[in-house]
Amino acid sequence: MATNYDWPAAADRSLIGGNTSRLDGPDKVTGRATYAYDRALPGMLTARLVTSPHAHARITKIDTSAAEAIKGVRAVDIMKGEGTEVQWVGTEILSIAADTEDIARDAVLAVKIDYEVLPHLVKEENIENAGSAVKPASDKTEGDPDTAFAQADVVHEGYYGLPTITHCCLESHGQVVDWSGDEIIVYASTQAVGRIGADLAKNLSRDESIGNVSPNQIRVITPVMGGGFGSKFAIDAWGVSCAKLSKKTGRPVKLMLDRDEELQIAGGRPSDFGTIKVAAKKDGTLVAYQSETWSTGGVTSRGAPPLPYVMPPPNHKVRHLSVATNTGPARAWRGPNHPQAAVLTWGAYTDLAAKLDMDPMDLLLKNIGLTARPDVYRKELAIGADMISWKNRWHPPGDKTPGPIKRGVGLSMHTWGGRPHDSNCEVTIHPDGTAVAAIGSQDLGSGTRTVIAIVLAETLGLPVEAVTVAMGDSNYPPSGASGGSTTVGGVSSSTRRAAVDALEELKKVVAPAFGVDADRLVAKDGYISVSGADQRLSWKAACKKLGARSVMGTGKQPDRNGGKLADSGVGGVQMADVSVDIETGVVSMNKLIAVQDCGLIIDLKLAKSQVYGSLIMGVCWALYEERIYDQATGQYLNADMEFYKLAGIGDIGELDVHMITGDYDDRGVIGLGEPPAISPGAAIGNAVFNAIGVRVPTLPVTPGKVLAALEKGGTA
Amino acid sequence: MFGYGRLSRDRTDFATKGRCLVSSNKTNEGQSKTQQRKNGFSRRTFMQGVGVGTGAVGAGVLTQEAKAAQDLVGPGPVAMSLRINGKAHKVMLEPRVTLLDALRNHLDYTGAKKVCDRATCGACTVIVDGNPVYACSMLAIEAQGRDIETIESLASGDELHPVQKFFIENDGQQCGFCTPGFVLASKAFLDKNSNPTMAEVEKGLCGNICRCGTYVGVRQAVLDAAGELRGGASGD
Repeated sequence: MATNYDWPAAADRSLIGGNTSRLDGPDKVTGRATYAYDRALPGMLTARLVTSPHAHARITKIDTSAAEAIKGVRAVDIMKGEGTEVQWVGTEILSIAADTEDIARDAVLAVKIDYEVLPHLVKEENIENAGSAVKPASDKTEGDPDTAFAQADVVHEGYYGLPTITHCCLESHGQVVDWSGDEIIVYASTQAVGRIGADLAKNLSRDESIGNVSPNQIRVITPVMGGGFGSKFAIDAWGVSCAKLSKKTGRPVKLMLDRDEELQIAGGRPSDFGTIKVAAKKDGTLVAYQSETWSTGGVTSRGAPPLPYVMPPPNHKVRHLSVATNTGPARAWRGPNHPQAAVLTWGAYTDLAAKLDMDPMDLLLKNIGLTARPDVYRKELAIGADMISWKNRWHPPGDKTPGPIKRGVGLSMHTWGGRPHDSNCEVTIHPDGTAVAAIGSQDLGSGTRTVIAIVLAETLGLPVEAVTVAMGDSNYPPSGASGGSTTVGGVSSSTRRAAVDALEELKKVVAPAFGVDADRLVAKDGYISVSGADQRLSWKAACKKLGARSVMGTGKQPDRNGGKLADSGVGGVQMADVSVDIETGVVSMNKLIAVQDCGLIIDLKLAKSQVYGSLIMGVCWALYEERIYDQATGQYLNADMEFYKLAGIGDIGELDVHMITGDYDDRGVIGLGEPPAISPGAAIGNAVFNAIGVRVPTLPVTPGKVLAALEKGGTA
Repeated sequence: MFGYGRLSRDRTDFATKGRCLVSSNKTNEGQSKTQQRKNGFSRRTFMQGVGVGTGAVGAGVLTQEAKAAQDLVGPGPVAMSLRINGKAHKVMLEPRVTLLDALRNHLDYTGAKKVCDRATCGACTVIVDGNPVYACSMLAIEAQGRDIETIESLASGDELHPVQKFFIENDGQQCGFCTPGFVLASKAFLDKNSNPTMAEVEKGLCGNICRCGTYVGVRQAVLDAAGELRGGASGD
C-alpha cells in the first residue's frame, strides 16, 4: 500500500489550524535571539561603506591613504574603481574594516574621492521632464477597446499613482563573514539561506586575486532575521566586499548598512503613475479599460504592473513605460507589482461607480464574473461588508454630515499565486524520543519555524514543545528562498512527507512488540497505539525500542511520486473606514478589515499576524510613506526614520481579520505573505474619496494632497 | 509616531495630533535631566569643553576655558563605570561612544537594537533610573552613576515578565527586531500607568516603531499584562 501523506482530516487534527504561539517568541522577547547584527566573534572587525554623494557621476580619483593611516584600520576593499560611473546616491564605492565601528567611521570620513559630476534624473512622476529616460516596457491589447469606449454608456478617465517606497527593514542589510582557511561562514540577515552561498561563491570567483570559490566552502547561518519583505534575497555587493575584507585580514568582519544606506540602496518598491480610462454600460457592466502608465525601478526597468487587475473587462489596452532614474534600484516588495495594480484599478472603478451613481460594491458584484474566482470573492465581499457595516457606512461620495470631519468607506480586492517552493526536509527520530526536522529554510518572522514544528508534531502525535526544528543553516537540506508566499507550502509539504516516512521507520521497529503489522499503528496524543485495540506504548517507550540507532525520513516538495499537500492561487478583499478632517487634511483610520483565504491554515494565530501586519504596513504606505528625492541636487531627502514616515501604534485604528477556514482545506497549504499586503492602499484611497467626494490622485494621502484635492471640489 | 492620531467628530483628541507628545517627553526628559545634573557629564558640557578653541578671546572665555579644562576628558578612551542590571561594568571608552554602542559593541548586551540611531524608532530602548531612554541618543559617559536596565534583566531565569508573556501570547512580534525595545518601553509605561486604557497605551508606546506590523498584538499584550500585574483586577 502506498504511503499516504495527505493532511489529516479536520477531526483528526490536534495542532494544525490551531493557535500555537510562535516558538521563537521567548528568545525574541528576552533579547536572546541573535541576529546577524548582534553577532560578535573573537577578533571581529567592523566595516563601513564609503558611498557616492552624487546621483550620477564618474569617479576620477580615490585616495584612501589618510584613512589607511588611522590606527586600527585593517583593510580597504575598493568596490568601484576610478573611472567607474555611479548612478545613484549611496552607490557603494569602497569598504573599510577597522578594529571598532568608531574607527571605521573615522576612516570613512578620511577617504577622499573626486568625481566628475554628470546630469541626473531622480523624479519620474512628471514624465514630460524625463526625455530620453523613458522607454516602452509593455503594450498589450485584448478585444476592441476603441469601439467599446465609443459605444459605452459611461466613460471615466482619471489620474492615479503611488510613489516608490522602501523596505526599511529594522535590521538593516548586512552580515558577518568569517573566512578562515578554506571555510567561509556567513552570518547573514537573509531571506535565502540556501541561495546566498552560491551567490557569494560566484561573485568571489570573478575576482582573479581570489580564484575559484565553491559554494561547498560556504556556510550560511541565519537563526533569526530582522525583516526582509522581499529585499533580502542576494548576497549583495556589501556581502561580497565583507567577505573580501575577511579574507584580506584573516579575521571575521561585520558589515551592516547604516539606516541612510538601508533606505538609499537596499530597498525600493517601484512607483506607478498614469491615466486610467474605464467604461461601462448603464447597468454597471464593465466593457473597457485603458491605461497609460509609467514607473521607475531605478536605472533599469522593473517590468509592468498586472493591469487591468483581477477584474479585466473584455476590451482593454494597457501600455506601460519605464523611466530610468538615478535612484536606488527596485527590489521585490510584498506582492510585487500587485499593490500598484490594485491602486490603479480599484481607484478607477470606484470613480466610475460614482459616475454611474452606483455603490462600488454593487459594481464589483455586478462584474464578479470577470474575476478568476467569482464564488470566493462574492463570499468574501459579503463577509467584509458585514465586518465594516458597509451598508450603513457607505454613502454617495462626499459625507454631507455637518462639521469638518468627513467619514467614508472604500474597498479593494486582490489575488496571488503562492505556489510551494522546492524544499527538502530530513526528520530524525532518536531512541530517547527526540524528533528533529532539519531544513535549510529561514524564518523571517512569518512563523516558518513554528509551522515546521506544528507539522512535525502533528504527524508524530506529539505536543509542539516535544519536537525540535533545526533551520536557518545552509548545512541542512536545501529549501527555497522565502519570497512570493512560497515558503509555507514548500516547508509544510517536505516536513509532512519526511515526518510520515520517519514515523513509518519507527512503526516497523515497534510493530513486533505488539505482534501486529506496522500499518495498524497510529501515533497520537503522545502514544503509539494499535488501531482498534487497547494496546499502546508511550512515545518515549516506543522510541526506546530503536535501541542504539536513530531512524530518518526524507521529504521533498515537489515529490516525484506526486501527491498534493499545497496549492497556489487565492483571493482576498479588504475594506477601509476613514475620517478626514477637511480643515487640516488629516486622514485617520477608523477601521480596516481583511477577508482572506489561503487554503489549509497550519497556525491560525500566525496566519492572522501575517494579515494584521500587511494591513498595518498598508496604512503606512497609504497615508505616510514615500521615498523623496530632490531633482536639483539629486539627493534622497528622507533617508532616515524621522522623515521616512511609518505608522505608529496610535495610527492604525481598529483592525479586523477574517480568515476563511474549512472551505478550501482540500486545496492544501497556500502562502500568505503577499496577498493581504496588496489591497490596503487602494481600500484606504477609495475610503478617502468616499469621505470627501473628490479623488486624491496619488498615495500617500497626505494632508497637503487632501487640501489640494478639496480645492477642486468635493465635500468642503 | 508619525501619524496624526485618530479623529473623532467632536475632535476632543485633536490636541494629540502631530508629533507624539509622549515619545518626545521620553527623550526630552532624559536630556533635560542630564543637562541639569551638577556633577554629571552631559553632551552639552562636553561640547562646551571642546568648543572653546584657539580662536576664542577675552578674559571671560579664558577663565571659562581654564575651568572647563579641569573637567575635560577624551577624545581618547577614558575609564567609565556603568551599572547595568545591577552589575557594575568598568570600561575604557571614548566620550563620544553612545550608551547603545557601549552596550552592544563593548559589553555584549545586544538585546537593544541599533535601527535608526537617531532617537526615532525606540528599538534601542533601555530603562535609565526608571525612565525609558533611547540608548542611541545618550552618551555612555552620561549614563554613569545611573541604574541602567536592559531587556536582558527583565525575565528571572525562565520566568518571563508578564509583558513578555503576553507579547508571546498575543503575537506582538514578528521578525522581533523591534521587540526588546517595545517590551521594555511597555514595562516602563506600565510601571507608571498600571491601569491604562487602549488610548493611553497608544500614546504611551508611540515612541516605538515596528515594521512588520505587530501593533495589534502589542496593544493587547500591554493591556493583558497590566491586568496581570494588577493581580487580575479588571481594567477600564
